[in-house]
Amino acid sequence: MSDTSFDLVVIGTGPGGYVAAIRAAQLGLKTAVVEREHFGGICLNWGCIPTKALLRTAEVYRNIQHATSYGIKVEKASVDLEATVKRSRQVAAQLSGGISGLLKKNKVSVFEGQGKLAGSGKVSVEKDGKTTSLASKHIILATGARARTLPGLEPDGKFVWSYKEALVPDTTPKKLLVVGSGAIGIEFASFFNEIGSDVTVVEVMDRVLPVEDAEISAFAERAFKKQGMTIKKGTTVTDLKKSATTVTASFKDAKGKVTTDSFDRVIMAVGIVGNVENLGLEGTKVKVDRTHIEVDEYSRTGEPGVYAIGDLTGPPWLAHKASHEGVICVEKIAGVKDVHPLNTSNIPGCTYCHPQVASVGLTEEAAKAAGHDVKVGRFPFIGNGKAIALGEPEGLIKSVFNAKTGELLGAHMIGAEVTELIQGFGIAKTLETTELELMHTVFPHPTLSEMMHESVLDAFDKVIHI
Amino acid sequence: MPITITMPALSPTMTEGKLANWQVKEGDSVASGDVLAEIETDKATMEVEAVDEGIVGKILVDGGTENVAVNTPIALLLEEGEDASALDTVSAAAPAPAAAPVEETQVAVTPEAPASPAPAAQTAPDGKRVFSSPLARRIAADAGLDIASISGTGPRGRIVKADVEQYIASGGAKAAPTPVTDTGAAATTAPAPAASATPPHAGEHEEIPLNGMRKTIAKRLTEAKQTIPHFYLTIECELDNLLAMRKELNSRSDEYKISVNDFIIRASALALKKLPAANAIWGGDKILQYKDIDISVAVAVDGGLITPVVRGADQKGLAGISNEMKDLAGKAKEGKLMPEEYQGGCFSISNLGMFGIKEFSAVINPPQSAILAVGAGEQRPVVKDGALAMATVMSVTLSCDHRVIDGAVGAELLQYFKGYIEEPLTMML
Repeated sequence: MSDTSFDLVVIGTGPGGYVAAIRAAQLGLKTAVVEREHFGGICLNWGCIPTKALLRTAEVYRNIQHATSYGIKVEKASVDLEATVKRSRQVAAQLSGGISGLLKKNKVSVFEGQGKLAGSGKVSVEKDGKTTSLASKHIILATGARARTLPGLEPDGKFVWSYKEALVPDTTPKKLLVVGSGAIGIEFASFFNEIGSDVTVVEVMDRVLPVEDAEISAFAERAFKKQGMTIKKGTTVTDLKKSATTVTASFKDAKGKVTTDSFDRVIMAVGIVGNVENLGLEGTKVKVDRTHIEVDEYSRTGEPGVYAIGDLTGPPWLAHKASHEGVICVEKIAGVKDVHPLNTSNIPGCTYCHPQVASVGLTEEAAKAAGHDVKVGRFPFIGNGKAIALGEPEGLIKSVFNAKTGELLGAHMIGAEVTELIQGFGIAKTLETTELELMHTVFPHPTLSEMMHESVLDAFDKVIHI
Repeated sequence: MPITITMPALSPTMTEGKLANWQVKEGDSVASGDVLAEIETDKATMEVEAVDEGIVGKILVDGGTENVAVNTPIALLLEEGEDASALDTVSAAAPAPAAAPVEETQVAVTPEAPASPAPAAQTAPDGKRVFSSPLARRIAADAGLDIASISGTGPRGRIVKADVEQYIASGGAKAAPTPVTDTGAAATTAPAPAASATPPHAGEHEEIPLNGMRKTIAKRLTEAKQTIPHFYLTIECELDNLLAMRKELNSRSDEYKISVNDFIIRASALALKKLPAANAIWGGDKILQYKDIDISVAVAVDGGLITPVVRGADQKGLAGISNEMKDLAGKAKEGKLMPEEYQGGCFSISNLGMFGIKEFSAVINPPQSAILAVGAGEQRPVVKDGALAMATVMSVTLSCDHRVIDGAVGAELLQYFKGYIEEPLTMML
């Protein structure tokens, strides 16, 4: 019989849970994790990572199609969907195995099965009808989230897909409908569009990628349309009628006009909801607000000794937010000095569609609404030497400052590799630099990052290359 | 470089005033504490004292000038060894880096603007590096603050934006200390307790850096106990009528929910109205008796306490007081009070009844002259008409500044207060 008494038990091993467990083990806490499926959670297995593998295929294919413009002759290139999916699954499997190794290396005990609270300081783990009881001083709930479903529009796994089926497609749909233009919906739309599907995206809001800066949303929409996507904004899907081979969708636009169209496949990507069920919360002081658990700035729930992190605690639904919350929560538990709550305005967000989108902090609109007198800088990819050399002249980097204090309020980017650039502004925000330090920073030439510099210069009317 | 003396703000809301007259002329030598000029506002005439010694180099605004904006340079003071040629180096129009010294003076002579944290410890002048974010430095500089006087809560004590904003919100900006002013400040206020007066105990401990609010509490309450001759008066008040009336009032509308404390605020205000002698503060060589009855109410907040002010409380009904108090307490807890919402007033209320405290005596909140410490309302045996009976009784203790309020005056004030509390209908008049 293995040891069942711990300082910390973490339920869920997504990017929140496994990071929290490893950090706890580093700090000397006797730690266990409970996992019902795969190490790494949705992120590694059915989210962030496998989608990046698919999108890489789309990118390589796109570059091959444009090979002649780079001076390379390529004939009859085509996408092998089965091999593409296989690669994506292998990437996920490799990383999931890596998590298992990391947990082992840090001497974190692993319990497979469905974990839930079972009274004060107790966790029960159920697997195949057998129940193991664990005792722990501290318990972190890190069970993540799942796709939101809309009544009447539930995925059937065959014609109407959730992200899970979309990651292992049986076919490249001729005509694909993507419902929802957030990060998840747009990444799938971008992937299938690039490998040959005729893609329609429906968004209930008045713009695509609605959480991004309006200017970036508009830029993205133009780019998607140029690539052949159909975008229906301010539109809802009221009905999905399935026949033997197709799905007929009914759309209602903002004016109430109803239209219909047929598709081979539909991907539902209308947000996610926390996995708050079957956690043994009944009778505890853990508060659940609709689909997420309420926590304070150190991830503490209302129940002493019980914490919740990541998607389970609500937006922003980002793996890196979950990991950070996990570390902060554990360090607070371990009594580490100088622990600071996560500043949510410094969390970057990335979408890996083509062109890529990345942002941190307040949009221009939000900054103005918060009462800031703003200075806004912009720099287009067309003015950057590296972008031209790469053959990626489409994109924009935008920075938003408080005019008086020089505080960097937000940064918004669209274009090649911007997901790798945004961290620069993330560091700047975390260190509370003003425009002066950013201007004094020497950015290497020739790089895409020079556009960040120029965008800052532009905000203060000192831009050189436009 | 000559020291620029600027038009002081005599109250949190003052934006301009009349420079009534100069008490010195160009070429005069002045010492710290000498009266330089008199400033008139709609409320009062105040003297501006010199903080530094030196020679009056140039008077920039003539006596009798009306509508002089706060912070306008009004004179230049030559330091020892400087001659008049140094005046050329100062442009009268330039923003005055020495604006702070005069504000410091104003704090010393203007009791209605409560003293603010002026930490004696300066880390910058000794050459030690002050860790701070660029944004924090920018905001501090814009507010005329010395970054070294602010405590940092960032990684390894780094001073970040939130620290500066918190410092400003807690009133720190009113008394931006600079090394130059320290001597002056020390001359007019109580000496700050030396941090190293007692060696710390040996043994494992955690060092908790002081935030702006903690520094203010430490400085002002030490000053209060050292300089204000406190005396204490306790009286018991029966609450049964008040509780019945409260229940009745609260049952009539959902637009308000009046607390016992709201009654106490109103009763205090009405008692002060009956006894204007108690609505006053010590002014050094005079007593300043106020017309408006502003009541400060202590609110515990994360990391300290703050006293938002219900202004003109005698003019406000219970529902009005109640809703205003809710709003102020909410802002206090969020750290969003504006200086004019917590500065001023002659009289404070501190209520610990909700913690079951029977009675206690509170420290006066300078420059005020009285504070009412309110205990819990509880059932106690009382003698009525020669027989033992039960009543809900609350003990209150008034701490008074004897320089302003004598024993009989304080006792009379409590009698009026008790009258209102025990017969709350009279509060409605």
